[in-house]
Amino acid sequence: MNGMLTLLVLLPLAGFFLNGLLGRRFGPVFVNGVGVGLPLLAFLTALWAWRTLETGGGVPIIETVFTWAVVGEHVFEVSFYLDRLSAVMALIVTGVGALIHIYSIGYMKGDEGYARYFAYLNLFLFFMLLLVLGRSLLVLFVGWEGVGLASYLLIGFWFQDVTKARAGRKAFITNRVGDAGFLLGMFLIFTAVGTLEMDRINEAFATGLIPAGVATAAGILLFIGATGKSAQIPLHVWLPDAMAGPTPVSALIHAATMVTAGVYLVARMSGVYLEAPAASTLIAAIGVLTAFLAATIALVQTDIKKVLAYSTISQLGFMFLALGVGAYGVAVFHLFTHAFFKAALFLGAGSVIHALNGEQDIRRMGGLARRIPWTFGTFAVATAAIAGLPPLAGFFSKDAILWFALASGEGGAIWLWVLGSLTALMTAVYMFRLLWLVFLGRSRMQPETERHVHESPVTMTAVLVVLAFFSMIAGGFALPQYLEPLLALPEVRFHSALVHWAQIGFAVLLAVLGLVGAGWLYRDGGKPADQLWLRFRSLYRLLDGKYFVDELYERLLQRPWRWFSDRVFLRLGDRMLLDGSLHGLAALARLSAAAFARVQSGSLHWYAWMTLFGLVAVLIWVWRYV
Amino acid sequence: MDNAHLLLAVSGTLFTLGLVGVIVRRNLLVMLMFLELMLNGVLLSLAVFTQLLGVEAGAVLMLLVFTVAAAEIAIAVPILLLLVRAGHTLDPGAYGGLKG
Repeated sequence: MNGMLTLLVLLPLAGFFLNGLLGRRFGPVFVNGVGVGLPLLAFLTALWAWRTLETGGGVPIIETVFTWAVVGEHVFEVSFYLDRLSAVMALIVTGVGALIHIYSIGYMKGDEGYARYFAYLNLFLFFMLLLVLGRSLLVLFVGWEGVGLASYLLIGFWFQDVTKARAGRKAFITNRVGDAGFLLGMFLIFTAVGTLEMDRINEAFATGLIPAGVATAAGILLFIGATGKSAQIPLHVWLPDAMAGPTPVSALIHAATMVTAGVYLVARMSGVYLEAPAASTLIAAIGVLTAFLAATIALVQTDIKKVLAYSTISQLGFMFLALGVGAYGVAVFHLFTHAFFKAALFLGAGSVIHALNGEQDIRRMGGLARRIPWTFGTFAVATAAIAGLPPLAGFFSKDAILWFALASGEGGAIWLWVLGSLTALMTAVYMFRLLWLVFLGRSRMQPETERHVHESPVTMTAVLVVLAFFSMIAGGFALPQYLEPLLALPEVRFHSALVHWAQIGFAVLLAVLGLVGAGWLYRDGGKPADQLWLRFRSLYRLLDGKYFVDELYERLLQRPWRWFSDRVFLRLGDRMLLDGSLHGLAALARLSAAAFARVQSGSLHWYAWMTLFGLVAVLIWVWRYV
Repeated sequence: MDNAHLLLAVSGTLFTLGLVGVIVRRNLLVMLMFLELMLNGVLLSLAVFTQLLGVEAGAVLMLLVFTVAAAEIAIAVPILLLLVRAGHTLDPGAYGGLKG
């Protein structure tokens, strides 16, 4: 079917232009119609595209929109590529995206920038679809930068607040570091393969003719790009700050879709990584370390959104762990389930914040379960899902990741599994801690806030219910098997089913242990936990300070760079060289003008004398030389 | 020394006299007269060369220059008159403030 994918991509773009240009004039009804209607249409189009793909037996659909550039014999086309992987991504993006648009109606009601908000959100969807559907790395990169832009605009959505505007800038700049790696990787691949179309790149690497060094270097460079977008160590610092944006934005961009772009990139380029075991090992190591460290930080955060932000970083770490051990389909599976339960969690947190009129500190919450039952119910389901309680969605995907971390024949290792399991345990602890402190126990709210507690409107709770429902059943979609023709699962080292079952049992045990432990530690508003932390004061300070990575970067990079910019660029370069040379020229002109101005004295006789001198000089010259 | 040389010497003398006059005199009206003297010196040399070379165009040019000089004076004298009305002096040093 021709034009289907183009239509899918262009629908949200139309929404951006309509809302951006006309939204303010036509009012909220128009904004809702366009801002929510077009993403819903996009979702239906994505479903249609997926149906078409399946009736075609999974043969990739390629749709060329136009030729971008012809350089010598290289042709760069803007074309879309739909296979099962990009279909899954497009469905997640448009599906969760549409739900979050609906939720935003209630959440953003009455905001001054209502139309602007929906315009940005639609713009984000457009770029995200460009990212997942692009056939060429170039198109993907345009989408990649575009979602970065949308993320920047939405983090700093309330830009009158300086800290929020700064958070947007931090996200943008941190991502630039990753993008440098991405671009270099692209250059390298183009030099080695001669094309940027990802299916062809994978084919070229699969032939084994490309040197392993190139594969490793390209793999690492692309992964650097992924660490930026997906907030992995060492570029994870922007994501917690990105929580400055409106909560639905955190749910859509900074939990469900955009931050998973790095995972998608690595999965999409799996052909490269299959030839680069060293790069894969690096990915697994970074992934598991990120998962572990972010989980430890999440244990002590007191801002409801920060807990979820570190949880997101941690879960993304899990996905990279899966990618690193060659289980690409499993990573996408976790991406899929994570999109649902993390969106549900964020939107639930948004609902809590909405109910408490902007309060985000979990120390001043508690006992909300009965006051906002729908939010509580859905939040509890999503919490159980992320903690990995069977038979909810997170259980299946996380268990599969841990299993492959242990058993994969392509880099599975005990230490990966141990760290992963510890992370899973901590995930359960910090998530149930959140549930306990926010919804259960006695109320610790400010009396003023408490009087105004109210359940969110139905547009919000309905979305929560849908997402919670999917958090329950999403584990039932056997995505790794569905994607197997594209992304083969790695060989397994242990063939005894006993090991697998033991692993599953252990994972369940960890989740239950986390639940019980959190329940015990955080009863009475967390007093037992406080006492426990008192014994490990310095550790608490380390975690509370987020390992002081921000401070380290400030010392190590920002200050020297600022000094260098100030001294070399500003004072030497700008002020001395540029301004100096211009000022010098101006001074020269002024001085010579002053000298000549003295000649024009106003005395007629002086002029006559000068005429005489001039005549004499001309005469002498003529006499001498002519 | 034939007539031509004599006439050219007279022309040079007239020009020099005029120039010296313009430089040394401090009366605007007199300076204008010396200017005319310089012009006459130049025109005399023009007339001499016209005769010597037999180019009729030179005579026409001379008449033209005369006309222009007369027009110049016709403009210069009223300007001078206005100046004197405002400044009550013919000394050009008093009008130094008029420089651009």
